[in-house]
Amino acid sequence: MTVNIIVCVKQVIDPEAPPSSFKVDEASKKVVPPAGVPPVISPFDENAVEAALRIKDAQGGKITVLSMGVNLLREVVKKPLSMGADELVLLEDEAFVGGDSWANALGLAMAIKKIGQYDLILCGRQAADWDDGQVGSGIAEMLGLPSVTLARKIDVGDGKAVVERVTADGYEVIEVSLPALITVSNELGEARYPTIKGIMAAKKIEPAVWKPADIGLEPAQIGAAGRKISLERLYQPVHEGKCELIEGESPEEAGVNLALKLREQKLL
Amino acid sequence: MTEYRGVMVHAEVAEGKLAAIATELLGCGRKLADDLGEELSAVIVGSGVSGSAQEAFAFGADKVYVVNDALLQDYRTDTHVAVMEKAVRQAMPSILLLGQTSIGRDLAPRLAFRLETAATMDCIELAIDSSSKRLLCTKPVYGGNARAAFISEVEPQIATVRAKAMTPLEPDSSRKGEVVAIEAGLDPSAVRTKVTEKVKQEVEGISLEAANVVIGGGRGIGGADGFKQLEELAGMLKGAVGASRPPCDNGWVPDVVQIGLTGKIVAPDLYLAVALSGSSQHMAGCSGCKNIVAINKDPEANIFREARFGVVGDWKKVLPAFTEKVRELLAE
Ligand SMILES: Cc1cc2nc3c(=O)[nH]c(=O)nc-3n(C[C@H](O)[C@H](O)[C@H](O)COP(=O)(O)OP(=O)(O)OC[C@H]3O[C@@H](n4cnc5c(N)ncnc54)[C@H](O)[C@@H]3O)c2cc1C
Ligand SMILES: Nc1ncnc2c1ncn2[C@@H]1O[C@H](COP(=O)(O)O)[C@@H](O)[C@H]1O
Repeated sequence: MTVNIIVCVKQVIDPEAPPSSFKVDEASKKVVPPAGVPPVISPFDENAVEAALRIKDAQGGKITVLSMGVNLLREVVKKPLSMGADELVLLEDEAFVGGDSWANALGLAMAIKKIGQYDLILCGRQAADWDDGQVGSGIAEMLGLPSVTLARKIDVGDGKAVVERVTADGYEVIEVSLPALITVSNELGEARYPTIKGIMAAKKIEPAVWKPADIGLEPAQIGAAGRKISLERLYQPVHEGKCELIEGESPEEAGVNLALKLREQKLL
Repeated sequence: MTEYRGVMVHAEVAEGKLAAIATELLGCGRKLADDLGEELSAVIVGSGVSGSAQEAFAFGADKVYVVNDALLQDYRTDTHVAVMEKAVRQAMPSILLLGQTSIGRDLAPRLAFRLETAATMDCIELAIDSSSKRLLCTKPVYGGNARAAFISEVEPQIATVRAKAMTPLEPDSSRKGEVVAIEAGLDPSAVRTKVTEKVKQEVEGISLEAANVVIGGGRGIGGADGFKQLEELAGMLKGAVGASRPPCDNGWVPDVVQIGLTGKIVAPDLYLAVALSGSSQHMAGCSGCKNIVAINKDPEANIFREARFGVVGDWKKVLPAFTEKVRELLAE
């Protein structure tokens, strides 16, 4: 069976930028993007792209990548294409900005309806900005699809998917009928690197760019206007940061001194 | 129109007992209910779980809804969302709390969307906002680099709570309350998933979540062999070994020992962090650690902003000497 897959990827501030470069503007309740650090595709979404590519490698299919936001940098959102995905749909408009999980899931679900043909929708387990992990389940609920979250392996065949789902003490194997929505966790394995050939191919692919009206939504339903949960405050926790460094003539001696210190502090 | 009132806690049962997270949710729910002057209920969903109602009373619930059905043996999204929807529509709580667990992570959003709202996930602080009387939900965002406080404008107000963020009450077995049974009323043919296997990745020794001493290793440990040294030290201190994500991704240690935002939450008296940088996502699992001690060769590593004591140096030199001295001190 060739499989039609839609993968939702979100452009976010690089979550692995050094914590010291992270700043928020409390007044506007927004994060100040760190200078000189380009945004990335949220890491779990790259795992989701990888999951889609593995399915396509195994049995053929088409991968459509979907991303919603503003100022979507083409070199960022095209990365899945250069890894081997086929098409790119962008929901790009000011009106899509500032949504909560509800508003975001609604925008994506309506776009998926418009794309129409799909056996499988893949999302990351959570986006690396608000660390929510809701939009996948939300899309599934809005489209009336079954969902499986936290996948570490996905096999597709016979109109169903067999998913290994990460649990606290291991994993469980879940069979789900298709079409279905699955969210992907990093245990699936690292995303492949784009190839030169892939990068060339991606250059030639023009994304479809849709506005709210193209997916049958009013601006009042999406983005900040469509929120059900309001953001009251955004701030950075304070670091006490008074680490006592234990020294020694040699690293070995420092190790011994550390043991003595911890004993003195009754921590051993 | 019936009003939404009271606080409801989704209480997970594991191996015949209320899960630790359920007792934590009840502790926090009790406080919120008292602040509002309203009732605290628990909802227990599963197969053969009726016996846990008494425990929920002991930990603070006034009322317990039990949905007991053989079809609820395994957690499945379709079955559990359906019965939770039924329980919420019957009880009409104004606040619903779930755990940020394998189950809660899946159940809370799907249930919220079914109820035409969204949840606030992974909260570490919950309070009743004094002016609006709404639930103010504070959660770490951006991998722990920032915190955000949210208020839901829709009923019920749904939140999941991070493990170990709340404190359970001292159980009082003399406390009693009302048990309300809810028929599951499930249609097996409407369940679109099937759990065919459950695989436990056993880790020997003390569990990470329960350990008083945790030795965490990072990418700088360099391989599975290095972790053997951490095991040795953990054995001596009756502690457990955990890891940042790279050692798990590289297969040096099993995935289940990952500590952090998407891993285990630990709260030992002593957390010895070896050759890990202390990324915000890793530290998200360590907020309950009472004393963090770091060994790292990079004096600029973020872990030194979090640690109380530290040694700047190569762990391969520092740790064996440390371990030997500990052995000596413990033998005294
Ligand atoms: C959305 C998201 C979720 C994540 N969730 C988690 C999570 O739950 N848990 C988690 O841990 N990570 C998580 N991560 C990954 C996280 O961002 C970091 O990449 C990771 O924690 C880094 O691990 P590390 O500190 O071991 O490695 P590094 O950052 O590479 O640090 C290695 C450290 O070892 C030191 N070192 C190297 N060699 C030696 C030596 N010989 N002696 C002493 N010191 C040495 C170095 O100085 C360095 O500080 C997540 C990331 C994202 C984006
Ligand atoms: N704006 C967006 N564009 C594309 N995909 C998104 C967007 N927001 C969320 N998603 C998808 O939903 C997943 C979960 O997001 P969240 O619930 O916000 O943590 C992400 O990993 C993405 O796969």
